[in-house]
Amino acid sequence: MIMIRRATTGLLSRSTVIGAYHRHFSSTEVPAADELFMMAWKRIMPNLDPPKTPLAFMRPRPSSIASKLTVNLVSPYSEMSNKEVDMVIVPATTGQMGILPGHTASISELKPGVLSIHDGNDVKKYFVSSGFAFIHSNSVADIMAAEAVPIEQVDPASVQKQFTEFTQKLSSASTDLEKAEAQIRVDVLVALNSALSG
Amino acid sequence: MAMASLRREGRRFATPLISPQPINPLRSSISPAEDQAFLGVRSISTQIVRNRMRSVRNIQKITKAMKMVAASKLRAIQTRAENSRGLWQPFTALLGDTPSVDVKKNVIVTISSDKGLCGGINSTSVKISRALHKLNSGPDKESKYVVLGEKAKAQLLRDSKKDIELCLTELQKNPLNYTQVSVIADDVLKNVEYDALRIVFNKFQSVVSFLPTTATVLSPEVVEREAESGGKLGELDSYEIEGGETKSEVLQNLTEFQFSCVMFNAVLENACSEQGARMSAMDSSSRNAGDMLDRLTLTYNRTRQASITTELIEIISGASALEG
Repeated sequence: MIMIRRATTGLLSRSTVIGAYHRHFSSTEVPAADELFMMAWKRIMPNLDPPKTPLAFMRPRPSSIASKLTVNLVSPYSEMSNKEVDMVIVPATTGQMGILPGHTASISELKPGVLSIHDGNDVKKYFVSSGFAFIHSNSVADIMAAEAVPIEQVDPASVQKQFTEFTQKLSSASTDLEKAEAQIRVDVLVALNSALSG
Repeated sequence: MAMASLRREGRRFATPLISPQPINPLRSSISPAEDQAFLGVRSISTQIVRNRMRSVRNIQKITKAMKMVAASKLRAIQTRAENSRGLWQPFTALLGDTPSVDVKKNVIVTISSDKGLCGGINSTSVKISRALHKLNSGPDKESKYVVLGEKAKAQLLRDSKKDIELCLTELQKNPLNYTQVSVIADDVLKNVEYDALRIVFNKFQSVVSFLPTTATVLSPEVVEREAESGGKLGELDSYEIEGGETKSEVLQNLTEFQFSCVMFNAVLENACSEQGARMSAMDSSSRNAGDMLDRLTLTYNRTRQASITTELIEIISGASALEG
């Protein structure tokens, strides 16, 4: 049984390496690092199959559609992939940033706040607790958040309670670390509050 | 006349069959083992075979139960692993994955399980880590290990003790979540100097197939260096950086976030692979135990029948000796 498994992984590795040559990420280049790695590996360990790399498992990236924006919202617990929408507003550290199709390529850091996805008249709001947003030049936006919850699932009463609790803690914090932690919590709660009201 | 000669013939045949011991009416009280000992050991005693059968049956029950437990744990964790698969894709799309990158300080993060009886996945991870270590050691390059999980720690301590920087065990005491993994990632990033982090884990493809995989995360300085030298990351400069004061600050946050995301996915996939491997190991073990039980049953029946036949022969020959 182990032999069969070894044989199939051998076949898989060969076929996916060939497949990897046809996969493109944001540019149109062919991944050649794989090749260098494979060659170096074969030199050193000819009897062991080389390990796979994430390039072998990449899903095909959407090609550019100029009229609509393709959005991927991912978080550790859920993903919403390749949705085509009109506009996305992300809470970047420099303020609310709107992303339309054809936006210039950019990498932006996000702060806790509301992320809204506009598709025609349909608006979906998520509370995002921080992360990054990549906007590629082919109208594809990747938003990676540490936590992304739909606004409907946020409970106003507990937000209020925690807000009062942590503003009090912030004022009574002694060490720098405690102050920083309390400040971060207060920031998130302020954003949550404004998200719920606005 | 003929009858007398037949009787004589019978006696001649009968004598070798008569046991050297006189027929004992208390024979049944002697245990079969002692019985056989008196006759010389002709076959395995039924008692011994019965003991073996009992222990093999118990083992089969235990391994079947372990397989069920592993199957239920796998179901629980598989959905979470699949949901986390989208997390590292944007990073690889932007920064690429270059396992052949040439850096001075490599850190190999090996992810393994704490418990055993899960087939060969931990050994595969350790083999790959050792090979990566070999690939990345040279005159001005060095590699260090960060080990997650007891099994890899035991294997790597044997011959690479001085290269192990950090050991983390008991990851699965509480259900895996992103907060825990980000704390671990923070620990690693703070305490270990690195230019490239290579995470080695087993990717869960299906219940019977686990692919050893290595994901490479570069430090912000190396990312800048690669971006300047062109190639895959050359496009990075075309991206406007929003937020943060300087580009390097944002890049640092980016690489740290990338590391924690990739780690989260890797830890979940490895946990799935562990449960899947344990399922198949326990399954083949129960099947083996079943086969062994069949063989032992046959032996037991043969032994039992042989001893019954021996008794019958003794009784009959004894009876015929008395008559004739």
